[in-house]
Amino acid sequence: MSGLFEEIHEQPAADVPTRRVSITVNGDKRVAQVEPRLLLAHLLRQGLKLTGTHTGCDTTNCGACTVLFDGKPIKSCTMLAVQADGHEVTTVEGLAGASELHPIQEGFKDEHGLQCGFCTPGMMLAAKALLEENPDPTEDEVRWALSGNLCRCTGYQNIVKSVMWAAKKMQAQSAS
Amino acid sequence: MTTQARDEIKIGGLGASRKRVEDNRFIRGKGNYVDDIVLPGMLHMEILRSPLAHARIVSIDTSKAWAIPGVRLVLTGEMMATRNLAWMPTLSYDTQAVLATDKVRFQGQEVACVIADDPYIAKDACEAIVVEYEALPVIVNPTQALADGAPLIRDDKENQHDNVVFDWEVGDRDGTERAFAQADLVSKLELHYPRSHPSPMECCGSIADFDRSTSKLTVYMTTQAPHIIRAAVALVAELPEHMIRIVSPDLGGGFGNKVPVYPGYVMSILASILLERPVKWIEDKTGNLISTGFARDIYLKGELALRKDGKILGVRMHTDSDHGAFFSDAQPSKFKIGLMHSAFSCYDIPSAHLTARGVYTNKAPGGVAYRCSFRVTEAMYFQERMVQAAADDLGMDQAEFRRRNFVRDDDFPHRTPFGFLTDSGQYGKCLQVGLEAIGYEDFLKQKEEAKSRGRLLGIGISTMTEPLGAGNSREYDILGIKMFDSAELRVHMTGKAILRTGAKTQGQGHETTWAQIVAHELGIPADDIVVEEGDTDTAPFGMGTYASRSTPVAGAAVAMVSRKVRAKARKLAAHLLEVSEEDIEWELGRFYVRSSPETGVSIQDCAYAAYSNMPDGMEPGLENVAYYDPPNLTWPFACYIATVEVDPQTGVWDVLRFVAVDDCGVRINPMVVEGQIMGGLTEAYAMASMQFITFDAQGNCIGSNYMDYLLPTAWETPGWELHEVVTPCPHHPIGAKGIGECATVGGPAAFVNAVLDAIKDTGVRNIDMPLLPDRVYEAITQRHDVSGAPPVKMDDHD
Repeated sequence: MSGLFEEIHEQPAADVPTRRVSITVNGDKRVAQVEPRLLLAHLLRQGLKLTGTHTGCDTTNCGACTVLFDGKPIKSCTMLAVQADGHEVTTVEGLAGASELHPIQEGFKDEHGLQCGFCTPGMMLAAKALLEENPDPTEDEVRWALSGNLCRCTGYQNIVKSVMWAAKKMQAQSAS
Repeated sequence: MTTQARDEIKIGGLGASRKRVEDNRFIRGKGNYVDDIVLPGMLHMEILRSPLAHARIVSIDTSKAWAIPGVRLVLTGEMMATRNLAWMPTLSYDTQAVLATDKVRFQGQEVACVIADDPYIAKDACEAIVVEYEALPVIVNPTQALADGAPLIRDDKENQHDNVVFDWEVGDRDGTERAFAQADLVSKLELHYPRSHPSPMECCGSIADFDRSTSKLTVYMTTQAPHIIRAAVALVAELPEHMIRIVSPDLGGGFGNKVPVYPGYVMSILASILLERPVKWIEDKTGNLISTGFARDIYLKGELALRKDGKILGVRMHTDSDHGAFFSDAQPSKFKIGLMHSAFSCYDIPSAHLTARGVYTNKAPGGVAYRCSFRVTEAMYFQERMVQAAADDLGMDQAEFRRRNFVRDDDFPHRTPFGFLTDSGQYGKCLQVGLEAIGYEDFLKQKEEAKSRGRLLGIGISTMTEPLGAGNSREYDILGIKMFDSAELRVHMTGKAILRTGAKTQGQGHETTWAQIVAHELGIPADDIVVEEGDTDTAPFGMGTYASRSTPVAGAAVAMVSRKVRAKARKLAAHLLEVSEEDIEWELGRFYVRSSPETGVSIQDCAYAAYSNMPDGMEPGLENVAYYDPPNLTWPFACYIATVEVDPQTGVWDVLRFVAVDDCGVRINPMVVEGQIMGGLTEAYAMASMQFITFDAQGNCIGSNYMDYLLPTAWETPGWELHEVVTPCPHHPIGAKGIGECATVGGPAAFVNAVLDAIKDTGVRNIDMPLLPDRVYEAITQRHDVSGAPPVKMDDHD
């Protein structure tokens, strides 16, 4: 319960089974009772109120719903919430530290890597997974790593620049 | 307080590549899109769509859906009809079914909807509805629609005896005939601009919230034009306009897809009124792709009358456009085929004639202006393909042919072949910048050299000027409402301000750029100005954002309201400086005494005085509102040049380089402008290369999800090289022109021309878009043109 009072929906019919899942989301352990068919994206958005994860295409194509699952980028619109039981999930809300933005977030703002912002959370998480594996990528490597995420506004050129900007900053940070 | 003039770039004024303020929430995942909004007690709506493209509805049995726990309401067309809401008017003076009553007319048409406690239950219940259909013959293209004995799609309309939506013409028929009689050569081309879907990443959706206790209806929805929606709801739902509040929150892209009124919006409104609870409808991607605003789908027969020396004497065009089952073009011109006749505006051609015919088919309603101004994309594509073919037919260099026909820089204002008035342009210079950037002469040599080694290189040019910024109220309206825009500026006592406009950003960055215009006009730092849009209860009336009209119209209103505020600030300054108004001069952010320039007051001083120390008799406060009706459209122009390599073994083609030279006049924020151009170029590349929605003979939509409807990823998308020419718009207050869609409009022809140039030796004159590898391969190996519109025989229905 999130407050002193909240409306409780009618119990689901007795023949609808539910499962208890425990997922570490952005470092916090969250426990929920879910229908087995509930998608992870919907648990994050509606259940946990983390609306930064967007659903774009429902078919694993657009990548707006990309989150990190034990550090790897996955599309949360085609993973069931029960499959995430016992795992770690990072969403866009978990990117920034307490006081400062992640270099990838700074890079997207600095290089104008977003317009409508709808694909941005997924793009940034896919970029994070890349930079953790490959801190000094070439432009082609960035393009390939982001090819599971669609953007309709930017034409990608500035997204690539944003990720290169972040890579540079992260390297400088780790050097110091 | 400082009284020095401001450095415009430092305060984020005109010309500053100011970082975007809206990004602060988007990069944190704190955007507020319609699906992010949760209201107390909210229910969820899902739509049941027709699997057939043309069928009579025999019966609809909803009993099993009602029986599912958690279902609150099931709506059918019959129930909508009892409230006179089964049909609604379109923006093109036609009618469109909200929920089908008599028959379904395209695959994906709305047949019923369910409102339930959660979206999963609503979806289950939709599947429990049993609809019995009686299939009817299906029409999927104009040839079938116009055939003798074709089934009548719109039998609901009185006096509609065929499938023709309109027959329309413009231009000088006789003069054009005379031009063709004098021609040394007539260059002919038949083209198809295929259907395309704008497909913003975010689908459409709404949350309707009717409050019985106040009689107020609030609708949060994905709309590019909230005030038009308020007017439409007032007309359709017969609710008083002051009791309707439309809120357009953050939009995940629009590209024209979010201009029309869709049945889902109407159903969610009625459901909320009936249930007295908020009702949320969020469309899925397939629903979006198969039922909402398509674009293009138009066939051209084009002819150019040519003199041997390369002069174009006349142009003749005939178009057949496929509008789907309902004529719901969201376009405000008085012309049936939009601004198709803006074609050839950058060329000096004595005579032109266009005939246009629109037809109904069993496809989703089309005619949405997908990142363009109402058929301008088709117009410029046809133009530049015809120009290329004509140059080839004459055996003339494609750049030289354009140069010989351009309107000269000193020939403005210029009446275009079809009668528009252009006011400025430097087309030759624009082309020259592009040719130099790409290294034209060198590439031609490279191309010849590559040919000797069996490689196919090509270069394609596209030059154009297009009319952006509908409109002026003499010529443009939507349902009679004139096309102006507005801005309201309130300067607070500390010199900070809030600006509201009737436009609605979908990623264009208004929150950043509007503040820059105010900073330019008033010297208030852009960071001190907050911009709000999208709420009809607070924003002044405006016609919304599409057709690249925001900078030409709303942006002009922002400048004008700032000037009104400055005029009052001047009076306050005179009072503070104890001189007469005539003795005061203005420099950015500061008024000073002409005879004593070091004596002055800042705009912030004036703001404080407006609340604390106004002269006797002056109305307190420092705020105003401006409505702006532009005297003309703005005419940006561009030159796009692509170089490609075609693989003769597979038909695959790669973009080697792409140079874009855009002239959008004064650039408010160069970073944002370049972002718009690169986004537009990518959509141009998408249409030229892969983006393809077609239909089989039964009217099944092929391309109903992102596995079939291919959008380019970062991997395929070429790199873009941007250049500029600056010709300020003579009538816009800050000299700016529209830019959002130029690249989408002018870009496609550059790619197609380049591929055709690469395979010119085959004698192939046309391949219709998208230039899929199999089409290019067929052209190379079979040495014939490849049409994207194979005729579908009527007996294919059997």
